[in-house]
Amino acid sequence: MTLPRSYLEYPRRAPGMDHDRYDYRNLFRHKKVSWPGDARVALVVVPVVEFFPLNMNPAQMVVKAVGGMERPYPDYWNYTTRDYGTRVGIYRIFKVLEQLGVPASVAINARAAERAPFLLKEVTRRNWEVVAHGLDMSQVFHGKSSVDDERVAIEAALASLRKASGQPVNGWLSPMQSESHATLDLLSDQRIRYTPDWNIDDLPVRMNARSGAVYGVPFALDVNDRQSVLDFNLSNDAYVEQLVDGFVTLWQEAEQYGGRVFTISANSWLTGQPNRIAAFRRALDIILSHPGIWPTTYGAMLDAYQSQE
Amino acid sequence: MNEDPQLYPYLPSIARPRISWPGGARLAVWVAPNIEHYEYDPPPSPVRSPTPRPAPDINWLTLRDYGNRAGVWRMMQVMDRYGVRGSVSLNVGVCDHYPEIIEACVKRGWELFSHGVYNTRYLYGMDTDQERELIEDVKATIYRASGQPLSGWLSPALSNTVDTMDLLADAGVLYTCDLMHDDQPLPVRVKSKNRLISMPYSLEVNDYTCLALKRMTPRRYTETIKAQFDQLWEEGAENPQVMCLPLHPWLIGLPHRLREFDEALRYITRRDKVWLATGREIAQWYLANHHDPVISALGA
Repeated sequence: MTLPRSYLEYPRRAPGMDHDRYDYRNLFRHKKVSWPGDARVALVVVPVVEFFPLNMNPAQMVVKAVGGMERPYPDYWNYTTRDYGTRVGIYRIFKVLEQLGVPASVAINARAAERAPFLLKEVTRRNWEVVAHGLDMSQVFHGKSSVDDERVAIEAALASLRKASGQPVNGWLSPMQSESHATLDLLSDQRIRYTPDWNIDDLPVRMNARSGAVYGVPFALDVNDRQSVLDFNLSNDAYVEQLVDGFVTLWQEAEQYGGRVFTISANSWLTGQPNRIAAFRRALDIILSHPGIWPTTYGAMLDAYQSQE
Repeated sequence: MNEDPQLYPYLPSIARPRISWPGGARLAVWVAPNIEHYEYDPPPSPVRSPTPRPAPDINWLTLRDYGNRAGVWRMMQVMDRYGVRGSVSLNVGVCDHYPEIIEACVKRGWELFSHGVYNTRYLYGMDTDQERELIEDVKATIYRASGQPLSGWLSPALSNTVDTMDLLADAGVLYTCDLMHDDQPLPVRVKSKNRLISMPYSLEVNDYTCLALKRMTPRRYTETIKAQFDQLWEEGAENPQVMCLPLHPWLIGLPHRLREFDEALRYITRRDKVWLATGREIAQWYLANHHDPVISALGA
C-alpha cells in the first residue's frame, strides 16, 4: 500500500496551534491573575438542564446525545429519567447552592426553559446566570452538519432565552460540547462572549471569531458528572475525593502562580438524584472550608479576568 | 499475514540468562511521558478514524490540548520533586508547535524518542519509502531540537507495519516500545546489520489504558502502579526486570490526579535497588552487556 503524498506533509507544522482560533499559552507563565478579595480560586458551579424529546431519533444522530432516547418508541425509560431532572433533581441542586450561598451559571436548553418557565424564573429571581445550551438535545451540530441549520438553531435558542430571562445571555454551551468549524463564528455573530465547549485551560482563553473574541472557559475537564457518574461509575466517596483533589491542586498552585478557576458540573438528572446530592453538597462543603474561594458565575469571573488582560 | 509477529523466539521467563543492572539494582524504572500533538483537522487514514466525532472534535481535542498548556508543566513539577527524568515518547511536531515544552525537557536532561510526527498520522498503509522518510524526519527533528540521537521508538498511536522494525534498525534506533511480550529487554529479529531490542513499555500501568479506557479512579491507578512495582521488584532479586510508567500530560497532568501521581513517584523513589533510568540508558546497558550473551543462549 501507499498513502497519498499529502499524508507526509504538514502544512501547519510551525510555532503555535494548527488552527487560527487562539495561541499556545503555558498556564504557568501566565501573568498572575487576581480575583476579588484576593481569592485564590474562582468557583463556578454549572447546573445543566436539558430537554430530550421523546421523538428524537438516535439513528439519525452522528454525535449522539448521552441520555437520549435509545429504546423503541415510546422510550419512557430514558424520557422520564431525563425529565426527572427538570422537575425534581434541579431543585435539589438549587437548594444546596442557595444554602451555601454559591451562585450558579445555569446551562439550559432553550426548549427546556420554554417548557418550564417556572424553572427559569427560579434562576433569574436569584440573579443567577443563564447560559444558553442550544435548543434541545436532539439538535447536536458537528463537523459534517449544515451550517445554515446551526445558525438557525443558535439564533432561535438565544432569542428565546434572552426574551424569557431578561438577561443578555452571552454564554453558550453546545449540546454535547459538540461544534462545527463555524460554531465560534456563529456565536460571535450573536454577541456570545464565552463558551465552556473549549475547556482547554484553568483560566479563560481568548479565541478569535468572526465578529469578536469568544473566550473558552474551564468546564469540569474529565470530571464532568456525566463522566464521573455514567462513564466512570464513581462511588459517592470517589466522586468527592476526585473533586476535592482537583480543587486542592488548583488552590495550592494559585498561591504561587495566581488565580485559578475551578468548575463543577451538575446535570439535573445525575447530580440531582437523591443518592448523589449529598455527595455534591459534601464536596462543596470541603471546598468552601478553604480560605480564598470566590464563588461566582462565569460572567463575573470573565469580567474580572478581562479587566487584567 | 503471519500467525505470529516473527520478531522474537519463545524464551520462558524462568529459563533464561540472568541479567544485571548498574549498582546491583533489581529493577530499572523508566518514566515515559507521551508528549503529543493531535491535529485540529487530521487527514483521513485508510484504516482508522482519527477522531471519535467528525472534526473538529472539540470534546476530544480540548482534553489533549489542555495537556500541552497545563498538564505537562504539572507533570514536570512532580517529576522534578522526586528527581525522576522522563524519556519522552514524542510526537516530534511538538518541537515545531510548542518549542517551549521541548526546551524544558532538554534542560532537565530528559531523553526524546520517537512517537511519530503527530498522533493523528499513522504508519498504516505507508510503503517502505514513506516509512523511511518518516523515520528520517523524526530523527532530524529530534537532533535539531535537542542534539540527541534517535534511540527509541513507539509508533504513533501504536500503529505499525510489518517492515517497521527492520527500518528502525537500519536507521540506528536501539529500542522499540511497541512489543509488550516481556518484562526484560530482548533482541528483536531484524533483517538489518544493526541490532534492535524490545524495551518493556506497558499497557498495564499506562495512564491511557488505566484512566481513559478502564476508567480507574486516581486512587486505584496508584494502587495498580504500586502493585506492579512491588512484584517486579521482588522478582528482580532473581533476575532484574524493567518497569515502565507510560504517561500522558492530558491524563496524569489533570488537577484531580496530581496528588496520586505524586504518591506513586514518592513510593517508587524511596525504594532501594532501583535504577531510575532513561530508555536509552537501559538500552545501551543491555546492548553492551546482555544482548549478545542472550543471543548465544538462544542459539544453544
